Amino acid sequence: MSALISISHLTKTYKREKQEITVLKDLSIDIEQGDFVALMGPSGSGKTTLLNIIAGIDRPTQGEVMIAGTNIGVLTETELAKWRSRHIGFIFQFYNLIPVLTAFENVELPLMLTPLSKSERRRQVELALSVVGLADRMDHYPRQLSGGQEQRVAIARAIASDPDIFVADEPTGDLDRVSAEEILTLLERLNKEFGKTIVMVTHDPSAANRARIIHHLEKGDLIPQGQS
Amino acid sequence: MSMTKLIVKNAFRHTLRVLLTIVGISVAVVAFGMLRTVVTAWNSGVAASSPNRLIVRQAVSFIFPLPYAYKEKIAGIPGVSTVSWLNWFGGTYIDKDQFFARQGCDPETLLSLYPEYKLTSTEISAFKTDRSACIVGIETAKRYGLKIGDIMNMEGDIYPGSWQFTVKGIYTPRSKTDDATQMFFHWEYLNERMKQDDPTRADQVGYYVVKINDPSRSAEISLKIDQLFKNSAAETKTETEGQFQQGFVSSSGAIIGAINIMSYLIIGIILLVLCNTMIMTSRERTREYAVLKSLGFTGGHLFAFIAGEALTISMLGAGIGIALLIPIVQGFESFLPRGWFPVFIIETSTYILAGSSALIVGVIAAIIPLYRALTMKIVDGLRFTG
Ligand SMILES: Nc1ncnc2c1ncn2[C@@H]1O[C@H](COP(=O)(O)OP(=O)(O)OP(=O)(O)O)[C@@H](O)[C@H]1O
Ligand SMILES: [Mg+2]
Repeated sequence: MSALISISHLTKTYKREKQEITVLKDLSIDIEQGDFVALMGPSGSGKTTLLNIIAGIDRPTQGEVMIAGTNIGVLTETELAKWRSRHIGFIFQFYNLIPVLTAFENVELPLMLTPLSKSERRRQVELALSVVGLADRMDHYPRQLSGGQEQRVAIARAIASDPDIFVADEPTGDLDRVSAEEILTLLERLNKEFGKTIVMVTHDPSAANRARIIHHLEKGDLIPQGQS
Repeated sequence: MSMTKLIVKNAFRHTLRVLLTIVGISVAVVAFGMLRTVVTAWNSGVAASSPNRLIVRQAVSFIFPLPYAYKEKIAGIPGVSTVSWLNWFGGTYIDKDQFFARQGCDPETLLSLYPEYKLTSTEISAFKTDRSACIVGIETAKRYGLKIGDIMNMEGDIYPGSWQFTVKGIYTPRSKTDDATQMFFHWEYLNERMKQDDPTRADQVGYYVVKINDPSRSAEISLKIDQLFKNSAAETKTETEGQFQQGFVSSSGAIIGAINIMSYLIIGIILLVLCNTMIMTSRERTREYAVLKSLGFTGGHLFAFIAGEALTISMLGAGIGIALLIPIVQGFESFLPRGWFPVFIIETSTYILAGSSALIVGVIAAIIPLYRALTMKIVDGLRFTG
């Protein structure tokens, strides 16, 4: 059986003014179903770019990105949007909750794209919020929550539509030690209990150690395993 | 949570800013409505004019009279069914600020020419039989508390001396656009007095009002009338009542034109105000739009969010503006010297224009933010820090 995420010979260049910069260079990587992968590397090495391409919010310049049997490089914008809503759960460094919506409404947001009924949506939102331990904070607005709690709401939002893959870009980057531990424990649970595949970018070695596999990136390519 | 709830929550995110925008739009809508109402009032004479009525006036100027003797000659022209005449009186009632039209008329024919003025048959016969009788419009009667039997004392200016008229009827207008402020009395009463005081001014009328049966023949009949008096001491100029009123209006046409242009400039201001708010708002939300897109929301959703928000603001502004316009127009009317504008109402078309402008403005204001949100790459949006 082939890997859930299979990337081969991926190159990504950005044009800035007249200059072309190559961010990812002929990169190949396989990530198996149920893996918990940490991506590490110096600033500017292309971690976020790789994660964005896996998540289908950025496009490869060259190479192929196969995810669960779909070559996402050839999808149209609309197809890709639909694909993301089914397969990808996003967890951002700065949570990116909508400030005028309550925790409940933020989690409900991705479900507005599904044909679920109102009561089914409610059940799903409540379930997601209880997984992250915030069932009692449903009616709170983001500004009434701590950073760690906001990130947990963001995770609940990612859980709500039940995707197979979670992408997390420095999910603990803006949190204190204790909150960071809580978030990592949550991600671990998602991986172990719910069998979700997780790709996480982090600068923090102790965070990376919670993952099963650590990949190091440097200057747009992976450093071969065992060499770091 | 529904889309609508999300849109409304978004619209009121910056409460003060959005309230100021809504107030700005409301004020502009009120200004727009006021200006349009003034234009309507100015044009109302034309709108209320009847295609059945021709006005025959002195060719040189409206202020010169015509001989009473023309009456029979005009009546002899084929196609003319009734000939009536009116004579501007002027004069002062109570004081100089009290303005409403006062005219001498022929009571026998007046109401057949002006069926829009409604009187009871008792009032009509009372008016006809008393030489010093007059009738007044209901608006004027209300304003001065006039009842049937009251005497109106006037100080003449065009026709010097003191004059007394007895109110024998109070007419009501057939429709809102008809003038309910006028006062009519017997031309005969005026003429008798002229025969005594100043015989050179006797047997003259201000202008004739001619009823024709077939409005499509108005041009031909007008021409015949004017030809009849060609090369006489008092040549005539005959027009339909509409053209006649138009002539009055067009002499102030430049002002009306300016007011009209201003009313449309105001719509432009509404547009700028709303565009400004929407552009600021959507710029601040760049990152949120990127998040929504990453979650799988597409162009259609963004359109609904952004246009929905712009329309919520513009329609609220227009709604409040229109709600305020009604009492403000009423207040303004009572503040204006009475009789300046016999008809001062907000036309249905003003409501429709204000409403549809708000709608269009809402859509236009959404274009730039929408374009930006749609063309923005998610990865750029997520990096956006403001
Ligand atoms: N949209 C873009 N346009 C132009 N250049 C970009 C864009 N996105 C990323 N880059 C460039 O690509 C390079 C890699 O960026 P990326 O964000 O992937 O790095 P990173 O490894 O995530 O770094 P960090 O640890 O600082 O987050 C950087 O030099 C960055 O400036
Ligand atoms: Mg990064």
